[in-house]
Amino acid sequence: MSAETPSAIGAVEGAAYGPDNPAPYIEPPRKRTGRTPRSTRGNFEMAAWLFMRLSGVVLVVLVIGHLLIQLVLDGGVSKIGFAFVAGRWANPFWQVWDLLMLWLAMLHGANGLRTVINDYAERPNTRLWLKGLLYTATVFTILLGTLVIFTFDPNIR
Amino acid sequence: MATPTMDKVEAEAVSSPYITVTFRIRRFNPEISDAAVWEDFQIEIDPKERVLDGLHKIKWDVDGSLTFRRSCAHGICGSDAMRINGKNRLACKTLIKDINPDKPITIEAIKGLTVLKDLVVDMEPFFQAYRDVMPFLVTKGNEPTRERLQSAEDRERFDDTTKCILCAACTSSCPVFWNDGQYFGPAAIVNAHRFIFDSRDEAGEQRLEILNDKDGVWRCRTTFNCTDACPRGIEVTKAIQEVKRALITRRF
Repeated sequence: MSAETPSAIGAVEGAAYGPDNPAPYIEPPRKRTGRTPRSTRGNFEMAAWLFMRLSGVVLVVLVIGHLLIQLVLDGGVSKIGFAFVAGRWANPFWQVWDLLMLWLAMLHGANGLRTVINDYAERPNTRLWLKGLLYTATVFTILLGTLVIFTFDPNIR
Repeated sequence: MATPTMDKVEAEAVSSPYITVTFRIRRFNPEISDAAVWEDFQIEIDPKERVLDGLHKIKWDVDGSLTFRRSCAHGICGSDAMRINGKNRLACKTLIKDINPDKPITIEAIKGLTVLKDLVVDMEPFFQAYRDVMPFLVTKGNEPTRERLQSAEDRERFDDTTKCILCAACTSSCPVFWNDGQYFGPAAIVNAHRFIFDSRDEAGEQRLEILNDKDGVWRCRTTFNCTDACPRGIEVTKAIQEVKRALITRRF
């Protein structure tokens, strides 16, 4: 049982490539073949693309407004506390603002990450797991945030 | 009689247009090794000649095993798209003097397709995407007894995308295609655009439906690599955006 099995190892490691034993080709990721599934009907990709543009425009207003109120105007970041948040969420306008910002930002970010996964994850299993993680995290955050905004109790102990 | 002749020869030698250029070519031969290596070739060449002439010089005079595709050698057949100094170009349309011959000229196969040997790649996935967008005239009804007439304005609408020579310079410059071969790629979309906006064609809706898919136009990130790479000067990214616009305006 000494290391005297070079023939088998050699073929696997590819030490001696020749006309009868060419090196393997490096296939491009997920290359298109005749078996690539035919197109499906449905406008999801278009809707996602449009949503990115439209939500982006709305988010610019929402987020810059949010940052101004939280960090710049009226004393800056030092004023933020439980009382400040409670005061703002007493007003339905700010409730809607924050709710809209939560939903748009989460869906915008999730859709962007979905795009990144589609672009960069090559193996079907990697794609499945990354997307599963992404969708779980997104749904969890959106539901939790929505719950907090609607059931916020300023008198909580 | 002898003296003037010698003078002429010497004068020619002094004003020789030839310069020494280093071609740094990425070689891959599966029958020798599974690794691709850069190999330098120094050749004497007129800087007004093309990169393809340099490759010919190497193949014919230095190393006959150098493998690359070329057919017409005049920028029409689209066989010799390769990555020259990091940019996809046709070797037959790139002059040595235009790409700084003082430094080594790097030449490698186009990216995103299987390299078979040296600069030759497997174009099959590229042509599969091309076939999948139905690049042929589709009409209904009886065939007319004369040619299908079209106004000059209607012809102008898709003139830019008729210039495509299917060299794959655009598709293999697309970062989305590099990472995901399922994306149709710029060339297929350009050739779909050529028929979608043709007034004589009647399958535009069908082609739009194909490109509305998850691997269709919505994966374009408008990096403009394709427009930069196109040796025919087609505004590829613009064509892709026109297909997007057609999809949106037809749906809403």
